[in-house]
Amino acid sequence: MEISGENWLIVGLMTTAAIAMAMTLLILNLIVGPSKPSKTKSDPYESGVPDVSPVQARFTPRFYMVAMLFVVFDIEAVFIFPWAVSFDALGRYGFIAMLVFILLLLEGYVYAWKKGALEWV
Amino acid sequence: MNDQPLWLTFIFAFLIMNVLLIGMAYMTYFERKMLGAMQDRMGPTRTGPKGLLQPIADGIKLLGKEDLIPRAADKWVFFFAPLIVFVTAIVGAAVIPFGGTINAFGRDLNLYITDLNVGALFVLAFSSIGVYGIILGAWASSNRYSLLGGLRAAAQVVSYEIILGLSLVGVFMLAGSLSLRDIMLEQQTNLELGPLTVKNWFILSQPLAFILFMIAAVAETNRAPFDLPEAESELVSGFHTEYSAFRFSFYFLGEYISMIVVSLFAATLFLGGPSGPGSSDHWYLGILYILIKAIVFLFFYIWLRATLPRFRYDQLMGLAWKVLLPLVILNIVVTAAIRLASDGLLF
Repeated sequence: MEISGENWLIVGLMTTAAIAMAMTLLILNLIVGPSKPSKTKSDPYESGVPDVSPVQARFTPRFYMVAMLFVVFDIEAVFIFPWAVSFDALGRYGFIAMLVFILLLLEGYVYAWKKGALEWV
Repeated sequence: MNDQPLWLTFIFAFLIMNVLLIGMAYMTYFERKMLGAMQDRMGPTRTGPKGLLQPIADGIKLLGKEDLIPRAADKWVFFFAPLIVFVTAIVGAAVIPFGGTINAFGRDLNLYITDLNVGALFVLAFSSIGVYGIILGAWASSNRYSLLGGLRAAAQVVSYEIILGLSLVGVFMLAGSLSLRDIMLEQQTNLELGPLTVKNWFILSQPLAFILFMIAAVAETNRAPFDLPEAESELVSGFHTEYSAFRFSFYFLGEYISMIVVSLFAATLFLGGPSGPGSSDHWYLGILYILIKAIVFLFFYIWLRATLPRFRYDQLMGLAWKVLLPLVILNIVVTAAIRLASDGLLF
């Protein structure tokens, strides 16, 4: 197994093929499907109630909290993956180093839990 | 690894893409028949013998529908968002190995499209890029229900992303590689279990990781009981409320194809992929085995949908952050300790 550009070339070409397939279907849809636009049809769906105000992108700060926690633990994952792959080569030293890293993260995790960052309501 | 000409790889990739599309169509049929059986009714019966032409009829019907774009929508984002879901789902299959290198039709053929050295990460990455399609589509619709559905999808997918990634660390540790082909080959070695000699499938050494991976995979593909982004009863289909015609069906194509890819991925990581009795002598048996394993996972998805009610949102997030995350870190530490101890390096 070597790092070769050809492997990624194949991925790129497959993406192109998938996009081409999708565009073909969409164009076919445009040709076959009817087009009778009207004002009522293009209103936003509000369960039958007329739309009164534009949608405001305001939502609970919980979503931001989840995003921040995600960044912390995803960076943890970024460190753990290469460690796992070369685990046998790193041996005891790598294990202890990773244990310290995970303990530090767990400390932050317990702190976040105690502060109520993991509570949704 | 066999250096085969590019055109052969393209033929194989083309075949896989078509198998995925047809597989997706018949996955909907399979799901409706199975749900029907579990709820004591018939499922589709009218179109073709035993309703077998139903998925094709559905596809043609969707092609003949009007493609509506709401007045308030952001046109370009609305236009391209469903394509992201579809394309990322289908490209994820590029690294799944259906076998090693075989000799057939007078040539050496690779039974995989490509063998990236970061194959497992590639599948994880593409499955999470897919959520961009959901949240962009939801935002571009400028509809209240859609926006809520998109936000829910984003928060849910990032939470379960961590579980999904970290649950595989044990597997990477045992295989010493991220390449799916290496992981598959590692599982074809023998493992001594007392008097028994079995294949070294990672489900045997990583049972907890397997359970965590399956839970996270169901959440990652937004399927019941984790289908909160769509939640028909409260969000009137959530992120795809405003979508119609074939643009709407791209969300479903994407969802079902990513279910199939995740099932193949799970079969490769934990169930030895194409390994099974006689698969080292006959390559077609290997392909049959990996497909059977994937169908078992797909059946499991449907079974869950028929059995479990939907989670509440705080329960969903609590499960990820308070239950699964400690378990997944425990699994990493225990696996590492056992691995070290077996080499006599722990103390």
